[in-house]
Amino acid sequence: MRMASPTRYRTMWTLLLAAGAALACFSPDAIAQQEGRRRRSGTQEAKPVEITPEQLAQLTKIANDRKLNVDDLLAAAKTFMPSGRHDEYVLFSSGGQSGQVFAIGIPSMRLLRSIAVFTPESWQGYGFAGDKDPIRESLKINGKPVEWGDTHHPALSETKGDYDGEFLFIGDKANARLGVIDLRDWDCKQVVKNPLTISDHGAAFVTPNTDYVIEGGQYGTVLGYGYALPEDYKKSYRGMVTMWKFDRAKGRIDESQSFALELPPYWQDLADAGKLASDGWFFINSFNTEMATGGVEKGSPPFEAGASKRDMDYLHIIDWKKAEAAFKAGKAEKVNGFPLLKLATLVEEGILHFAPEPKSPHGVDVTPDGKYMVVAGKLDPHVTVYSIERIKKAIAEKKFSSKDEYGVPVLDFDAVREAQVELGLGPLHTQFDDKGYAYTSLFLDSAVARWSLGGETAKKAPEGDWKLVQKTPVQYNIGHLCAAEGDTVSPDGNFLVSMSKWSVDRFLTTGPLLPQNFQLLDIVQSGTTMPVIYDSPIGVGEPHYCQMIRADKLKTWKVYPEVGWDPHKQMLSPDAPKKGDEGVTREGNKVLVKMTAVRSHFKPEHVEVNEGDVITWRITAMETAQDATHGFCIGGYNVNLSLEPGEYTEFTFTADRAGTYPYYCTEFCSALHLEMMGYLHVKPKGNAAVPAKDADHVAASK
Amino acid sequence: MSKLFTSLIGPRIPPEELHARRWRYLTPTVIFMAARVLLLVSIFFPYWHMELEAPQYPNGLFLTAYCNHLTGDVREIDGLNHYIGMRPLGEAAAFERAAAVWMIIAMFLLVEGAAAIHSKWAVLLALPAVTFPIGFIVDLYYWMRTFGLNLDPGAPLSSSVKPFVPTVIGEGGIGQFKTYAEFGTGYWLAVAAAALIVVGFFFHRRAYKPLFANSQPDKTQRDTGREGATR
Repeated sequence: MRMASPTRYRTMWTLLLAAGAALACFSPDAIAQQEGRRRRSGTQEAKPVEITPEQLAQLTKIANDRKLNVDDLLAAAKTFMPSGRHDEYVLFSSGGQSGQVFAIGIPSMRLLRSIAVFTPESWQGYGFAGDKDPIRESLKINGKPVEWGDTHHPALSETKGDYDGEFLFIGDKANARLGVIDLRDWDCKQVVKNPLTISDHGAAFVTPNTDYVIEGGQYGTVLGYGYALPEDYKKSYRGMVTMWKFDRAKGRIDESQSFALELPPYWQDLADAGKLASDGWFFINSFNTEMATGGVEKGSPPFEAGASKRDMDYLHIIDWKKAEAAFKAGKAEKVNGFPLLKLATLVEEGILHFAPEPKSPHGVDVTPDGKYMVVAGKLDPHVTVYSIERIKKAIAEKKFSSKDEYGVPVLDFDAVREAQVELGLGPLHTQFDDKGYAYTSLFLDSAVARWSLGGETAKKAPEGDWKLVQKTPVQYNIGHLCAAEGDTVSPDGNFLVSMSKWSVDRFLTTGPLLPQNFQLLDIVQSGTTMPVIYDSPIGVGEPHYCQMIRADKLKTWKVYPEVGWDPHKQMLSPDAPKKGDEGVTREGNKVLVKMTAVRSHFKPEHVEVNEGDVITWRITAMETAQDATHGFCIGGYNVNLSLEPGEYTEFTFTADRAGTYPYYCTEFCSALHLEMMGYLHVKPKGNAAVPAKDADHVAASK
Repeated sequence: MSKLFTSLIGPRIPPEELHARRWRYLTPTVIFMAARVLLLVSIFFPYWHMELEAPQYPNGLFLTAYCNHLTGDVREIDGLNHYIGMRPLGEAAAFERAAAVWMIIAMFLLVEGAAAIHSKWAVLLALPAVTFPIGFIVDLYYWMRTFGLNLDPGAPLSSSVKPFVPTVIGEGGIGQFKTYAEFGTGYWLAVAAAALIVVGFFFHRRAYKPLFANSQPDKTQRDTGREGATR
């Protein structure tokens, strides 16, 4: 064209494109519109409350009728969650002997979910996938099915000492196992069994970047599942702590990179990893340094007396970076196939030191700045505070008061002790807030003690260094306690949960077996204000420890990322049947069933096999909508699966019982849920059309 | 150039005339160009949205139609539709979606042609782009109606949901769902393009009609044409 030079033409184009782009964005919600994600009718926005005189009268009447005081009304206002509102925190709690983990919303205290770990659980389809269920296989110990666990201490994965919301570990005291839960789908991915000891206690605790998961033992034993009589206790029994290497990319513990440390046969108790100032160290309490062997039946003092004779036990101070270096340098010996750094090596390499601690303490908890270790006395009314600075100095200057029977140097108590605070009877565990306070559970007093820390953090609390501030009664016999992110480098100081072991009269009587009582305390205000604002019965197992994480830190999937997802591998499975792939194929006596599940049918709806066939059954849940979960059960064959949206599952079993078995969806998935079924026809051997007994019946009725 | 061809595409602009009244001739070209760009840009924006609300879908279900594809909760909506016996959405307007981008490119080129042709027949070339937004609605309505009225009588919910015509624009409802449908940015860009083409034609005729008249040697003097143009 002649009407404009090429340069002008180009300029014009540019201008026009710019104008076009500007026009395209003419409406402010063009982007939202592009996505089409604009809500028409949202949930009602909260407006500032104004109570009319009529409403006030109504409120007063309800309060008086229900015998509520103003504190109760305030507590209700702090904890009540209107329908549809989400909790601020998630409490991941040990499920005690249920072998599970519970997730509870805070402040509402509503149970959100249980997560099966050590105990097969049918709703989640955990351990109900046929004859050789991989979960049940992983729960076997020495080939023996062990289908429960005594879950004690959950540990959220950490990055730089703060919860990152990615993984959760949980220890099983009864069987010395660790479970690894992926918090993308809240599903247990791995159970590892300690090869050295049958039972443990100090698990799980993580190092500040979750390089290792610490599993401390408890009752002295012959490592590697060995045998010895109590006469040989000092010689043959040992304690231990295992450092499980965590591979974050794989979301699994790497057993090949893990190792253990041999410890004297004292009974190691709780542990905590150092952080910031104490990074590279971890600490374990102990009791029974008396090495009592009990035998009340033979007239010896029972353990409870024998193990409590001495005034002091030993705080184990472990330099885990040195231990890691020694392991990598090949200084570990194999016991039952597992690398173990022997006591002599620990002493030689300066990995292990002891510090005296008052009588049979329970918890050791590192302060948020990592500078102090708080040891709760249990049988001593104090918390004893150690300083990492003093410990490092004492080790460097070799300020040892003695050596124990196994040659481990014992640091001088006065050289490492920073403070002792008398709190009351039965101090067990300690948590922290953002206001310079520590909170310690007092088992015998049935109270939560608030006390002020010393050092730099003391500046935040008005009461001064190392002072008891308040004791709030709880009901009753508090064990662990948990403040919001209260064991991290940055506690929130928002809520505190008292895990009260006894509930006695707090709830309606539920027979001789009573629930535990999780009590919520409001710790937002400083000083002596620290009321209990909610009681919540936990009627499943006896939980031990819990951790409270801000809900917005969790990056939980709403549904599996793709249809055909294998949750065990956390990837799309090439084996997952696709739409159109469905069918039954046979090779000899091996039958492969490829099935899809979508509201509201399974495809195929009839599966015909012969008695004795080995069936591999693959199901893909084709759903992508949130909460469109299906179940799949075959009655009489102990099969029940949870088919969550997008999930792929495979199971194998031998059809060794002839008959016609309805299979059906066990989740009420839709209006046509009852119709979502099919039949497994297991043809009896000898090709009879129907089992003989029924045939007789049919003949007789003619 | 043959006489017929010249009469079809109209007279070219004499260089001295173009120099004297550049904007008079540039205006329709620029407006057409803007329209063409809008049309092209519209490919990347949704033409139509539908939101479906039901109690068990607190975040709603969304369907977004671009000129050439459907996105959003298509799988879920198809899943629900099978209860009432409606065919999968992917089977609707398959040809239109496959052809849409080519059709828009063709319209783009035709409008470019319209700018180059100075006779009134240029209108014919621009006609597809001008009627495109209306065609879109008609086609959308056709498919919604076809799908809504041809439900599988054997479907599970056939007794409670009878054949119906879904609402193309605005608020509608089916079963426990409320539906809200509206045009998207892409559609409005196409409408703007059509409007610009109409406006462009005003300037097109204003610029070229006198020139066209002037080029008919048996009718008017060249000077008159120039006078007309300067008026």
